[in-house]
Order: sequence, then C-alpha cells, then structure tokens
Amino acid sequence: MFRKCSFIDNRPALYVLNEHPVGKRIVMISKRCLNFGDSQMSQQTAVGVNDVSKKFGSYQALRSVNFDIRENEFFTMLGPSGCGKTTLLRMMAGFETPDTGSIQLHHQNIVDIPPHKRRVNTVFQSYALFPHMTLSQNVAFGLENLGWGQAKIEARVGEMLERVHMQDFASRKPAQLSGGQRQRIALARALAPEPKVLLLDEPLSALDLKLRQAMRDELRSLQRDTGITFVFVTHDQEEALDMSDRIAVLGSGEVQQIGTPSKVYEEPANKFVADFIGETNFLDVDVLESSGTSATIRTPFGQVITVPCASAVPHGKATLSIRPEKLNLGDQVEGVDFEAKVVKKHYLGGYTHYLLAVGGAEIRASRRNASRAGDDFPIGDNVHVGFVENSARVLVK
Amino acid sequence: MTDLSADNRTQGPKRKVNLPYLGLLPAWVIMGFALILPIFIIAAVSVSTRGAYGGFDWGVDFAGYRQIIFNEGWSGEMEFTPQYLLIILRTILLAGVTTGICLLLAVPVAYWIASQPGNRKSILVFLVTLPFWMSMILRVYAWMIILGRGGPLPRFLEIFGAQEGLSLMYNDGATLAAMVYTYIPLMVLPVFASIEKLDGTLIEAAHDLYGNRWTTLRRVILPLTAPGIVSGAILVFVPALGAVLEPILMGGGKQMMMGSLIQLQFGGGRNWPFGAAIAMTLLIVVMLVLIVIALRSAQKDREV
Repeated sequence: MFRKCSFIDNRPALYVLNEHPVGKRIVMISKRCLNFGDSQMSQQTAVGVNDVSKKFGSYQALRSVNFDIRENEFFTMLGPSGCGKTTLLRMMAGFETPDTGSIQLHHQNIVDIPPHKRRVNTVFQSYALFPHMTLSQNVAFGLENLGWGQAKIEARVGEMLERVHMQDFASRKPAQLSGGQRQRIALARALAPEPKVLLLDEPLSALDLKLRQAMRDELRSLQRDTGITFVFVTHDQEEALDMSDRIAVLGSGEVQQIGTPSKVYEEPANKFVADFIGETNFLDVDVLESSGTSATIRTPFGQVITVPCASAVPHGKATLSIRPEKLNLGDQVEGVDFEAKVVKKHYLGGYTHYLLAVGGAEIRASRRNASRAGDDFPIGDNVHVGFVENSARVLVK
Repeated sequence: MTDLSADNRTQGPKRKVNLPYLGLLPAWVIMGFALILPIFIIAAVSVSTRGAYGGFDWGVDFAGYRQIIFNEGWSGEMEFTPQYLLIILRTILLAGVTTGICLLLAVPVAYWIASQPGNRKSILVFLVTLPFWMSMILRVYAWMIILGRGGPLPRFLEIFGAQEGLSLMYNDGATLAAMVYTYIPLMVLPVFASIEKLDGTLIEAAHDLYGNRWTTLRRVILPLTAPGIVSGAILVFVPALGAVLEPILMGGGKQMMMGSLIQLQFGGGRNWPFGAAIAMTLLIVVMLVLIVIALRSAQKDREV
C-alpha cells in the first residue's frame, strides 16, 4: 500500500499512498524527516559536549572539548590511543565524570545522572555479555530493568535476535558463540531498549578482517533502519571513513577537526589530521601570499602555485600536504610537475606504490595500474611526477 | 591411563610411563599418613569398645553410634534420647548462623578491597589475614575483655543508659560474635578472589542496561561470584561445626556444642568410641553436604 518514493541522505523521506480508497494520491512525510530544514537531515542535537576537560592524575586526557552530535547521525570519534575518545564515550555512558563542562543529552545536562538512568546504551569493546545468562536473557536484561511487561519483552527479544540473525541461538550461552556472534548479541542487547543514543566502543577491533568488513555494512544499515544516533569510537581510519556521517578527529585531548569523511580526508584542518587519516607527503614550502582559503606558495621544486589551505597561513615556512594517490606518474601527469628518482617500489596488483627521491626529500606516490603496461618505472630511473593544484593543501607548519 | 600406556608401548619401554607415578610417591605417603590414616583410625575407634580405664579396645561394636540416639537403661532396654541430637542440631544452627553473618559482612568488605588500587589491595588482604598470626586462644580472650564487665562495649552501652556493671559475656550472642570474628577471614579471602576475577565491564554493562546497584548485585555480581561464596561458606561452616574454644570461653560452656562434646568424651568422659562416633557422624554429614554442592556445581558447569 505504501511505497517508498523519495530518499534524502539515503533515508526514506516521503511515502506515497498509492491505492487510497478515493483514488487520490496522498503524500505522507515520514515522521523522522519532519524537521529537516534545507537539504540536510534534521539538525537537532542528540548529544552536546560542552567545554569538557578531564585529568587523570597529572595526565590531561581532555582539554575543553566542544562539539554537538546530531540526531539520527552516525558520528565517529576517531583518534590514536590516548586521544581521549574512549573517555568521552564513557562520559556519555556515565562511567566517567568530566572535571569541568557538561554533557547534554537532548539539551539536558546528564553529568549528575547515574548510568542506569541514562537512556543511552553501550556496545562494549569486549562485548561484556553476561556469561551466566542465555542470549535471550542477555537481551532481555535491559528491558526487565525498564519494567517492560513479560509479553512485550519476549516479543522485543525475538525481534532483536532476528534482526541480528541470531534467533536460532536464543537459549545458548555466550561462551558457545564465535566473536562475530557475540558482537551481534551485544548489539541486539544494546539496541533492544531503544536508547536515544547508542555508544559503540571499538566494537569491531576484536574481529578478524573479513568479519569486520561485513559488520561495517551491518552496523551502517542497523543505524539507518533504527534511526538511532550512533556514537562510534575507533582508531581505525578506514572504518571511520566507511561508516560515518561525520567524524570528529581527536588528538592529544582536543578536537582536531569535525566533518564528513571526505572533508576530513580531502581538506584536513592541520598536519595531525592529514597525517592520521590516510597517507600523505609533507613538503616544506614558502608561503608568499595567503587568504583564508588559498595560499600562493613556492614549492621545493621552484614552481609558484596557488593551493587551498585550511586557515590563514602566515607568510614564511609552511607545510604542503599531498596524498600519494594524487601524485601522478609518467603519462598520467597533469598540473604542477617535477622530476624524481624511483628508490623503491611495491607492486600490489591494483596499485603500485613508489618511493621517490626528489631534492633530498623522499615522497610516496601510488599509481593505479589502469592498463597492463602500468608497471614500467624501474628502480633508479628518473620519472616525471605531477599533481593538480587543488588536490594539495597548505597547512600550518 | 590405559590409553597412555598403550601409546607409550609403541614408543618405548613401559617403565618410562610408571616413573612419573613413582615420583609422586612421597606425596601419596604424606597424604596417606597425614589425611587418610587418621580418619581410618577414628572410624576404627568409633566401632571399637570402650576401654575399662579410658581409651578403647579394638573390636566391632556400634554402641558408640547407638548412644547418639538411644540411652541404654539399667536392664538393657533402649530409650530414645534427643539430647545429643539437640546438641548436633544446635551446633549446626550456630555454624549456619555464623556462616550467614560472615557472608553478609564479607561480601561488601571483599568488594571494597577488590575495588582498591593494586598496592592498597595487597596491604588490605594482608591485614585480613593478620589475626591468624596470633594464637586463637589469645584472640578469644581479647573478645572476653571487649564484651566482659567493664569492657569497652558494655561501657559504651552504659553511656546510652544500659545498667551499670553490664556484662555481655557467657551467652550464645557472645559465642556467635567470637565465632564470626574468628572465621570471617576464611570467607573474605575466597570471596575477594572471585570478585577480583570478575570482569568490571560486566558491572558497567549491568548499570548501562538500567540495572541499579541492587539489581546489579543480585543478577550479575552474586551469580558470578557464587563459586567464591560457596567455597568461603564451606571454609567457615566446617570448622565452625567443630568449634570448641568459643562455646566454652565465650558461652561459658553453658550450652554444650558438638566440639566440646567430642572433646569431653575423649577427656573426662573416657568414652572414646562414643566421641569417635559423633566425630564420624559429623564427618559423614559434612561429606554429604559437600558432595551435593559439588554435584550441583558440576551440573551447572555442564549447562554452560
């Protein structure tokens, strides 16, 4: 009777009622999308992190961190270990208290609310399934504590187990499951009480590579289907790029950048972000002139070019970040070009990675082997290298 | 065993298999002399006849066991007497209550110790075992001072209007206090060990899933620390059954307990077979309880 008709940001936004008794078409707008403004999804804040600082002994884990997580968003906190991402997640769950600042859930300060009264659930890194309970008892645990009726609990547990394809294992104990299955149960258990926000603490890190890939898809579609805000913590940049609506890159207790995956990859705000996400080459350059969005620089190879930049870069020394896949070799060259010598190469089938020496610096380039004759730059030879201006980025040194 | 020897025969001479068992011989000898032989001797004494001047004469006679339930009249008729059964029941009750109180006190203490940072944890565990370094009889005397007339506790109660010259000694409560004090470390240590093994994120998960403290304790912490609690309960209950000092010194010996009853038969009563029969009865009861517990936990393991 209903047909999904229009998608906004991959979510069904409009439903069309086709066979209305009177014969008219009635357009219905899905409830979830009622409050979207322009082309974006709803901008309501699910979690607000306001000026949060935390010290563990003499170690400053977080330095006045500020950001908002939007409703229905797959939000990732990405950073190396010790960057404070897990501490932030644990603050949202209620297991840590900020020294200063506040954490808000739907505009309500929750700092003083104990974990068992917060409508958020966590998927723990180690899954933390109760070993003495069956899988259905595990999933039912939260619902029982919320005081749901027996019949409602049973229905919900069945529904959740089915959703994660574990309905045949309901009466097993966690010890009888594989890592991936435990992961699914942990997800089902955390999603069953319909939390306002789901917190995921590196949930894929204990799985093997293949399973991790499959779970990424599953997590993403679970998030889309349930419409619950996901806050995902990881140190794996590929995971973050693949799944997130937005990524907060954290480093040394501070937010380095927040943005969509392509934004943080293509337009890193600083050296830390450029270095942490993906691979990149840093070249020392001189800034001759700069505005807020672009800068005119002299490259080490002598050219004067104009390149995008994150913020106003001061005159003098700066860093040019250029990613290996954006350096073209041989016949693929366009834009700024220079000569370099092949030092090392790694043939990887689809790609060949080259280590090149130029003017005393070593840079990495990766070349897509588009044709069979792709692998034709022998070690020791000079090769023609180039990049398009707007694929590089000037960063504060 | 058979598999092992069959396996080894294909590889080499058989004596290689027996050597490890031979190596265990000292252990077997010690076990045999220290643990098994004494029990067999007591079992033998329990079915022997009473010696004319104390001690016993070897033989097979169940008079000792009969005496627990029946009183033999002058003319040899058997009359049911509950007095010894009552002593046994009272002893089991006292040991049970001791175990219960120890459990109630030890779980929070163990939980608190387990939540302390590493260094302080080991100091606290050491402090729990500290009383063992002093003779038990001295510790019981210390309690006699605490509870006795003019002792700190009666003095304290006098402030709140208790009559002057109050003594809290020589009653079941005093016995119980000393028993709990004596045996509580035996409960704290195994409970602590099992709480420490408990994965802290499980407790976080319980809170995260809307469980308050009580729910978390009842549905997550207690079930998962049950093995430690059971072994603690056994470690307290079993010696509490045989306690002699506390009932005599603290209870004033007014209420006969099994331990002092047995001691009496081997001492002043000069009825070794009867004393041994009570001891054996106690042993069998304890064994039965332990076997039931072991079977139940084995069954639980199979379920997991």
